[in-house]
Amino acid sequence: MTAVTESRQTPTATAASAPAVELIGIEKRFGPVRANRDVSVAVARGSIHGIVGENGAGKSTLMSILYGYYQADAGEIRIGGTPLSIRSSHDAIAAGIGMVHQHFMLVDDFSVLENVVLGVEGGALLKDGLGKARAALKELGDTYGLEVDPDALIHDLPVGLQQRVEIIKALYRGAEILILDEPTGVLTPQEADQLFVMLKRFREQGKTVILITHKLREIMAITDRVTVMRQGAVVDTVDTAGTSREQLAETMVGRKVLLRVDKAPANPGAVVLDVAGLGVIDPSGVARVKNVSFQVRAGEIVGVAGVTGNGQTELLEALAGMRPYSGSITLNGKPISCASGQELARAARSARLAHVPEDRRREGLVGPFSAAESSILGYHDDPSYNGPILLDQAKVRNRCQKEMEAFDVRPPNPLLRTAAFSGGNQQKIVLAREMDRDPALLLVGQPTRGVDIGAIEFIHRRLLAMRDAGKAILLVSVELDEILGLADRILVMFDGMIVGEMPRGEATEQKLGLLMAGIAGQG
Amino acid sequence: MAAGPNEIPRWVDYLLVPLVNLIVALLLTGLVVIAVGADPWQALTALVQGAVVYPGSVGATLYYATNFIFAGLAVAVAFHAGLFNIGGEGQAYIGGLGVALVCLAFDSWTPWLVVPMAVIAAALFGAAWAYIPAYLQAKRGSHIVITTIMFNFIASALMIYLLVDVLIMPGQQAPRSRDFAPEVWLPTAQEIAAWFGIAIARSPFNLSSLLALFCCGFVWVFIWHTRWGYEIRTVGHSERAACYAGISPSRAIIMAMLVSGALAGFIGFNDILGVHHYLLQGFTGGVGFVGIAVALMGRNHPLGVVLASLLFGALYQGGSELTFDIPQITREMVVVIQGLVILFCGALENMFKPHIVALFRRRQVEAPA
Repeated sequence: MTAVTESRQTPTATAASAPAVELIGIEKRFGPVRANRDVSVAVARGSIHGIVGENGAGKSTLMSILYGYYQADAGEIRIGGTPLSIRSSHDAIAAGIGMVHQHFMLVDDFSVLENVVLGVEGGALLKDGLGKARAALKELGDTYGLEVDPDALIHDLPVGLQQRVEIIKALYRGAEILILDEPTGVLTPQEADQLFVMLKRFREQGKTVILITHKLREIMAITDRVTVMRQGAVVDTVDTAGTSREQLAETMVGRKVLLRVDKAPANPGAVVLDVAGLGVIDPSGVARVKNVSFQVRAGEIVGVAGVTGNGQTELLEALAGMRPYSGSITLNGKPISCASGQELARAARSARLAHVPEDRRREGLVGPFSAAESSILGYHDDPSYNGPILLDQAKVRNRCQKEMEAFDVRPPNPLLRTAAFSGGNQQKIVLAREMDRDPALLLVGQPTRGVDIGAIEFIHRRLLAMRDAGKAILLVSVELDEILGLADRILVMFDGMIVGEMPRGEATEQKLGLLMAGIAGQG
Repeated sequence: MAAGPNEIPRWVDYLLVPLVNLIVALLLTGLVVIAVGADPWQALTALVQGAVVYPGSVGATLYYATNFIFAGLAVAVAFHAGLFNIGGEGQAYIGGLGVALVCLAFDSWTPWLVVPMAVIAAALFGAAWAYIPAYLQAKRGSHIVITTIMFNFIASALMIYLLVDVLIMPGQQAPRSRDFAPEVWLPTAQEIAAWFGIAIARSPFNLSSLLALFCCGFVWVFIWHTRWGYEIRTVGHSERAACYAGISPSRAIIMAMLVSGALAGFIGFNDILGVHHYLLQGFTGGVGFVGIAVALMGRNHPLGVVLASLLFGALYQGGSELTFDIPQITREMVVVIQGLVILFCGALENMFKPHIVALFRRRQVEAPA
């Protein structure tokens, strides 16, 4: 195989005709799991190529191989027609490949400039490298519309701009091929649109973009071609213009999928949750939720829309008893009160409040616990499986087994480590636990984040079934599609306040997007 | 696919990795022995003979192992709550004080009453000494590693004061209390065997080893089969999850440290009532620190702690014989050797592990699935 360094000097004549990236027969095994099986993908130079697939379909593994985190067991990578051995991310960067991770790799306390030069400072004195970077940053800003204040500290920047810094980092290192892993997960629809404009500009400049996403809408909106993966293998590669969302979803899952769940009109009953003048101040003294009042009735789903970080998380946590708050929260006419020494979250559960937290891996479950142990988190002192001293593990396992069967968790093995389940199955374990306790109110945060399409459909059906059974549901989601698909009434949060409220019938993506961006206030 | 990458067979983690660490430690020890001009093979033979062959050596090994079980369990319980209890040494010391106070005050009573009281005193004193750092960690956020280390020094200073000024035996120069009445001494293995007409060699091995085994069972039940153990483990793995579940982290921290301190306190029970029969200065001799290595090697599980304790017990007993058998190996040299084993099995626990794990994954990849 040719050395990495030669690649970028490949004569343009061959490079122009050859695909920018060619993966041929890639194989990768992790133990008994074949994460990639005979994967072949060709990405044309100057195009935007989408890769879609459910969680665990092998997209991330494939990109990790391309970026040098893993080595393929078999197969070949060609960059610009030249076979290359990419053994580390250094090799990948040298070959002109840049990667923007789903979770940003930025140092929070560093400035934009310092982050950009991180690892390529150049020279003994930081000053020289920084000066050079400053000029380069300016140029990138002009060429691609990537303006960022080079002296701003990362933690002061909104997420959209942080992502921009990640892109700049890649470009500063000379990336010709840019891989973006689920880039819009944290963006408003408007920010996502800006990102797409940028990506289109890259394409005009002859750069190649590989976009990994599970959002079919984005694939349809921006890509030229799309590769669909399922269970480690490529199922199909098609021109985006010649396909549709429904068709892609079907190819991804291997069966027909209903993207929109049918639902009957809601039958709201008595007020279950009454929130008045709620305020949350975080430990650093910043007001996260400001004077929020609303109600949720039995038999309705109230959706809270908003960009990440506008107080929805804190609102949910305050309601669930995980944070101190001011104002009043009444459940079925009674305030949630706790006996001395009792944690508020426990008192809330006793008042039949169930909570599916936003961060299921860190909050809703305990990774090293068995599924059975995770299935009693928050309910571990339930007398039905507790003696005076001993916790009856057999009863816990049996209950977990039943819940797993009811919620189609795979594999249905209560003894398996929680962390070993896929995202969708982990979420089902949480949902099963919370729904199985006959709650009056269900708080749900990001129910389908990192969950595959098949499981999303299942989870949505379950939520609607809960609603139809007369439960009150408060749904917080940054996925507008989800809010629009499930909610009967929609609240929009911006900067800790509710800036808009409307019945589902009146809501449009456009309207909500403007409210979420804080542009159009109520009234 | 999430199940694949990080799972290795359990025996690799629980047996192979500790074994490799031990072998490397012994190899390095061999080099040290060569460096001082002795024959490493002869040294190893002497070590093994000293640990299990000479008369009374098995008993001595088991006596050390008993202390290490208490110390290892103490570290393990705290570790399940995500805490590093470095203060086993001080908690053991104060536990011993509790035992001595009970015995000095009541040793005229029947042993059937005094011995259980001494057990309770060891637990209460050890737990009380652990409570202060636990409280400071839970309510004030003072780091438990720092506070428990400092409490070792405070315990040491307190004991010197008590032994020199308060509890000292009248007319005595050495800082030690008077002997307890022989009736309350814990029977040694030799005495117990004699009841059944069996003669075995004298050793410090005594009845408190039964308490150690009971504690193993207790820890196993407490950590994995009660709601309190569940709370402790939840807090240890994820404080966010605990907050979500309405589990109070400070309560779990204090609970775990109380149990941990009580377990460490039993070291004092073994040493003071089982071996010395009077209160003396510095009887713990670093046992609390070895407990860290024991817990690490034993994967914080009672069964592992027992096995690791037996190993360290043999090492301690065999090591002390080594000086007698081989003159080039001084007392200090033995400490170096013990230190090497602790270093590799405790502190450098994760040095070889990633490589062994990687090796195994590669083998799994090559093998047809």
